Amino acid sequence: MADKRKLIKVYITGELFEVPEGSTIITAMEYAGFQLKRGVGCREGYCGACATVYREKGDYKLKSGLACQTVVSEGMAIAMIPFVPAEKPVYDLDELSPEISTFIDLFPNVFRCVSCNTCTKSCPQDIEVMDYVQAIIRGDLERAANLSFDCIRCGLCALRCPAEIVQYNNAILARRLYARYLAKKSPELETRIKELEKGKFKKEIDQMKKMPREKLSEKYYKREIKIS
Amino acid sequence: MKLPYYPGCTLKANARHFEKSAIQAMEKLDFQLVEMKDWVCCGTVFSMTSDDLMLQLASVRNLLRAEKQNLKELIVLCSMCYNTLKRANDFIVKDKGNLEKVNNFMYKENLTYSGKIEIYHLLSILKDRIGFSVIAEKVKKKLSALKIGAYYGCLLVRPEELAIDNFEDPSIFEDLISTLGGESLDFAYKLECCGAYQTVTKKDVSVKRVYEILNSARESGCEAIVTSCPLCAYNLDFLQKDVEEEYLDFNRIPVFYFTELMAVALGCGWDKNWSSLHFTDPEPLLREKGLI
Ligand code: SF4
Ligand code: SF4
Ligand code: SF4
Ligand code: SF4
Ligand code: FES
Repeated sequence: MADKRKLIKVYITGELFEVPEGSTIITAMEYAGFQLKRGVGCREGYCGACATVYREKGDYKLKSGLACQTVVSEGMAIAMIPFVPAEKPVYDLDELSPEISTFIDLFPNVFRCVSCNTCTKSCPQDIEVMDYVQAIIRGDLERAANLSFDCIRCGLCALRCPAEIVQYNNAILARRLYARYLAKKSPELETRIKELEKGKFKKEIDQMKKMPREKLSEKYYKREIKIS
Repeated sequence: MKLPYYPGCTLKANARHFEKSAIQAMEKLDFQLVEMKDWVCCGTVFSMTSDDLMLQLASVRNLLRAEKQNLKELIVLCSMCYNTLKRANDFIVKDKGNLEKVNNFMYKENLTYSGKIEIYHLLSILKDRIGFSVIAEKVKKKLSALKIGAYYGCLLVRPEELAIDNFEDPSIFEDLISTLGGESLDFAYKLECCGAYQTVTKKDVSVKRVYEILNSARESGCEAIVTSCPLCAYNLDFLQKDVEEEYLDFNRIPVFYFTELMAVALGCGWDKNWSSLHFTDPEPLLREKGLI
């Protein structure tokens, strides 16, 4: 069946294509015939695999976003970034301490931040990236952990940083150190793990395993999250 | 009365006692230092590159945010932050072109900086806004018999445009010490540089500077040094172990932040936790003088 939607012109890595109006960058690229093996994962804005830079017609700004969440527009020029090469030191969390000195050793260049806020402007998750970087610089790992909590590691901040900082790898270290050494332990968690081990929710889990996809996704979106 | 205050990174790390003692001492003077929200590092060193606005952004970011928080001024304790923030402010405010470029860079943030934030060092507030005579009336424990060398270093008085006092012959620090009942002794090296960041790459340069400074203070009869700069404090205090190895005639000397001595004099008492952030234990001297 032919697609009845209006077609618009976009440039994908420099080549002109006509794609249906209203599609996301990912669906537009697939419509245009690209077979995406890298740079796509969840298609739901969660996995951070689909970092993309683009320009909109008539706008001088280089924008960035998630290809699965960004809708194409007439005349848009798109370049998907399938992989972000980023500095990623190897460490053993048990041997580290939750202090500034850990960052001095593992990520010395985080201290080069010039507070330009470019990272914050490019973050598709609307995270205050510069502020979590700054929190790390002054050793406030709790603030860094909280501010960076929604990071999906898409890499866009690092691609735009003039100081070559890999913000998200710093952030994950901050969250790990915070969780391992600083955060208040929750006794409820231990209780819940024991309950699970004893098979408390076995019936519900078995039911879910048999559920058809539609039912499962309906249940997922209707779920209530209780935060006490 | 509330004073909007910019701490800077070091006051949250190695110089925690600087911040704590300042807050306590100011409370005794009925002033509350209120930390501005969402501050960022000042950028550490003012960039001398006259056309590199990028390196001014760290400071400007603080000025912008302060303005957005409806503040009119920022009080700074760290000499280095004071120097960097104030110079960056002047740099972009005095040249309309710079201000415009910086504001253009803030696209998507819906922010523009008007250039109206004033930067003050706490010492200036003590002298000009509160007044040393008012402070003198509130002193509970005079620092009598404590012979103190006031060390300015470079950043409080250079360059001349931002000096908190006469840039060649300042006395604001000494006046504060006398206000607190202490005896301040002049010494030849009080305006000399401590070696600053040389300590990272050419430690021997800093070690030599520190020896010269502290020795000159000792020779003038000083028993303690006061400073307002965490980098000076680090060099002058931490490097004493290296100075000791290099120069056999050297005698250790405690280094204080001026706010620590204010806290003691104004009756806040000495917090044991501050001692652990000193490299040369100040407690024996304070005890000897009956101050703790
Ligand atoms: S912080 Fe960086 S890596 Fe994380 S979501 Fe934002 S842009 Fe992506
Ligand atoms: S882009 Fe880099 S330098 Fe700029 S604020 Fe973010 S981390 Fe700092
Ligand atoms: S000068 Fe030093 S203490 Fe002040 S904000 Fe910068 S790094 Fe932090
Ligand atoms: S702002 Fe752009 S053009 Fe200007 S110096 Fe920096 S990189 Fe070059
Ligand atoms: S594909 Fe997972 S976030 Fe876009």
